[in-house]
Amino acid sequence: MSQNLNTRRSFLKVSAATGGGLLLGLSWLSSCERTEAKANGEPELVMPENWVPVTAYLKVGENGVVTIMSPNPEIGQNVKTSMPMLVAEELDVDWKNVVVEQAGLDTENFQRQIAGGSQSIRASWEPLRKAGATARALLLAAAAQQWGVDVAELTTENGVISHGDKTLGYGEVASLAATMTPPEEVTLKDPADFRIIGHGKKNVDAKKIVTGQPLFGLDFQREGMKYAAIVHPPAFGMKLKSVDDRAARAMPGVTDVVTINAAPEGVELQWSDVNAFPNLVAVVGDNTWSVLKAKKALNIEWEQTSAPESSAAQRTALTDQLNNGKAEETRRDGDPEAAFARAKTIVERSYSAPFLPHNTMEPMNFFADVTADKAELVGPIQTPEFLRKTVSAVLDMPEDKISIMMTRMGGGFGRRLYGNFGVEAALISQAAGVPVKLVYTREDDMTQGTYRPEYLVRYRAGLDEDGKLIAFHVRGTGANESPVFANRFPAGTVDNYLAENVLTESNVSTGAWRAPRSNFIAGAEQAFLDEVAEAAGKDPIEFRLELFDRAMTDPVGEENDYDAERYAGVLKHVRDKSGWNTNDDKRGVAAYYCHNSYVAQVLELEMKGDEPRVTEVHCAVDCGIVVNPEGALNQIQGGIIDGVGHALYGAITFTEGKPDQQNFDTYRLIRHLEAPKAIHTHFVENGIAPTGLGEPSLPPVIGALANAIYRATGTRVYDQPFAAPRELPG
Amino acid sequence: MATYQLAVNGQQHTVEAEPDMPLLWVLRDVLGLVGTKYGCGIGACGACTVHLDGAAMRSCSLPVSRLNGEAITTIEGLSETGDHPVQLAWLEHDVPQCGYCQAGQMMTAASLLNGSPNPDDAEISASMNGNICRCGTYTRIHAAVKTAAENLS
Repeated sequence: MSQNLNTRRSFLKVSAATGGGLLLGLSWLSSCERTEAKANGEPELVMPENWVPVTAYLKVGENGVVTIMSPNPEIGQNVKTSMPMLVAEELDVDWKNVVVEQAGLDTENFQRQIAGGSQSIRASWEPLRKAGATARALLLAAAAQQWGVDVAELTTENGVISHGDKTLGYGEVASLAATMTPPEEVTLKDPADFRIIGHGKKNVDAKKIVTGQPLFGLDFQREGMKYAAIVHPPAFGMKLKSVDDRAARAMPGVTDVVTINAAPEGVELQWSDVNAFPNLVAVVGDNTWSVLKAKKALNIEWEQTSAPESSAAQRTALTDQLNNGKAEETRRDGDPEAAFARAKTIVERSYSAPFLPHNTMEPMNFFADVTADKAELVGPIQTPEFLRKTVSAVLDMPEDKISIMMTRMGGGFGRRLYGNFGVEAALISQAAGVPVKLVYTREDDMTQGTYRPEYLVRYRAGLDEDGKLIAFHVRGTGANESPVFANRFPAGTVDNYLAENVLTESNVSTGAWRAPRSNFIAGAEQAFLDEVAEAAGKDPIEFRLELFDRAMTDPVGEENDYDAERYAGVLKHVRDKSGWNTNDDKRGVAAYYCHNSYVAQVLELEMKGDEPRVTEVHCAVDCGIVVNPEGALNQIQGGIIDGVGHALYGAITFTEGKPDQQNFDTYRLIRHLEAPKAIHTHFVENGIAPTGLGEPSLPPVIGALANAIYRATGTRVYDQPFAAPRELPG
Repeated sequence: MATYQLAVNGQQHTVEAEPDMPLLWVLRDVLGLVGTKYGCGIGACGACTVHLDGAAMRSCSLPVSRLNGEAITTIEGLSETGDHPVQLAWLEHDVPQCGYCQAGQMMTAASLLNGSPNPDDAEISASMNGNICRCGTYTRIHAAVKTAAENLS
């Protein structure tokens, strides 16, 4: 296929902006298969003496080894492996000769350097393949010029250009290629010819991870840097009033105590600046332990700024709003109330879920070195472009004086979309006049907010005499956000449909958490449909398939988010692969569409006393072409375990605005013993352009779990977390 | 401040630190060995696991003054070239997602295999239960421990 090139000039040629060449404590290079090569007895990768930047996306060494830049932040979703695979495929190199380098924030050369919304692969599917194809075209043009032949007569294979019997390695023509004019158009490979895409490649950072080399933000060290710790208010609805820092300053290893304001008046902030606690006290010192100890010696006075919330009152507020609040009607088809009036059976159920902290295993942290004329930031951030805007605003420093390097992240899950910790590090460095690394304690992290909102939703379904769904009503609310999507299933399958959002305000700060809104509404909807199918006397899969038939043959309304055929396809796939039987007494089923991908699951469990233990999950996935099957499987498995864990155990509760859980002694995350024993993933092969995988396996598993609990115990569960609290292991 | 002699990964180090500074921060901030991770600071997540004379220990809750000359092994010293059976099994199963907790997971696994070279499923699950992975790589961790055990025997 022939395509018009992206017109971004920088896409084609290197611009001299940021990127490599940083004098850092971390090595940003990772070789792809050096480890495997060694295990196979093959020679280790020999690094070239010189690199020639052919385009912004890649450098070629004289020996043909290629460095491919990974532009997007890596949070564990494996883009640092899968995105360079796209470039390498079209460049036509042997993956064994590829080295991956993390790019810093570089809006001149790269686009959408964000880790969010499971969009990295979807958004880069064409641009990155074009980047590879463009570089290949430059190398081919150079070879053609050197040989004095028509470029159309040349072929490539694994980094070698051929013309008859003559060959040239990419490394031999890289210098000339870098001077050539990029073509207007490039031809992309026929997917049937893919050698890298669709073939499992292992995590390019795996060797560094298993040998403990510095990789993460917390690992970054710079000669002469100080460490910093913050103290934020102990409860939501409070702010800093005054601080007496004399005792803290007198402690060993403490060099400074500063107060900062990350949201000064008159400064324009971004969507990513969710922060309940912009006014902070920070201790600066020689090592982490010194500053953590000194925090406790600070004598701080806080003041109340809004009414403190407790969990019981929050739940009452949600219920009041759901019952009486002003609703925004987001979708109406037909005449729902008339249909409910004539329905033979009406099923009405409510579902809820609590606030959730993200609990990335690497707590928030950032390095900043702010001087009068520039700022250098290094750390774990999902949204470096927005962090730079905010840092620019609060420091009153032009963006081109601010550099941001993204480290590998010890988890993201949405938390690091909100870069308050990076802004704080910059302000602390500025105030203290030293390079600092800010480190949050687990308690700072878990009590900072930006939580997944608590939610409450009520569903009503009306069935006629034949068990046909004739009316459907969903009305939801949540802290600062309603979970209801207007145009998702079963919208489009029911003649009479009503969706309503109601807002419940809270001073507890909220933000995106892995599969925002879907992480709650999918489980609620899929548990509810299970109950409706039961009321209709139908198998839960057959009941859904009938609805999808309607959406395929005669859809209701114009705007339905999903493709009913693909949706039904994953359900049928999981039904067949799992050997689904209507009478299974320990299995539940669910399906969901989000982030442009379709997932259906059959989950089996056993009861250990009063606690469900998931034994097996079958998961069918339609995300189009699977770029890296190895990484894709890992994402699916992780999303399932993460979803099961949070649905069973996750909750943060409040007493007078103060989070009741502050660390893993009281906050329960799923552990090894509780993890599903076997997960069987079945990808649908359809050749469609790839879509996201970091999030879509999580939402439906909560519904499958709830439905399996019902099958196993005879009791429906409506309120997360499903498992009763218990003592946690140390 | 006091002076301590530590044997880390086969090397003797003289470090100056406050007596109550946990081994975790001595390793990370004083010795620059950042492979050992901070996760919770209260011994509840296992990210900071190291070996003392071969036994798994939570370095975040172990003041440096409580050490008595034990041989300290961190992930950096688990093997010289990254070829400990646990490390190779982790690579084979492509275990990590974000990777942050994995050093602690591997140190726990290596310690388990030191004492019980052929653990059954229940023993693996029970032994690994103190290490949290938010990414949910538990099934791969489990498989990797089994592979490491097989390769040891």
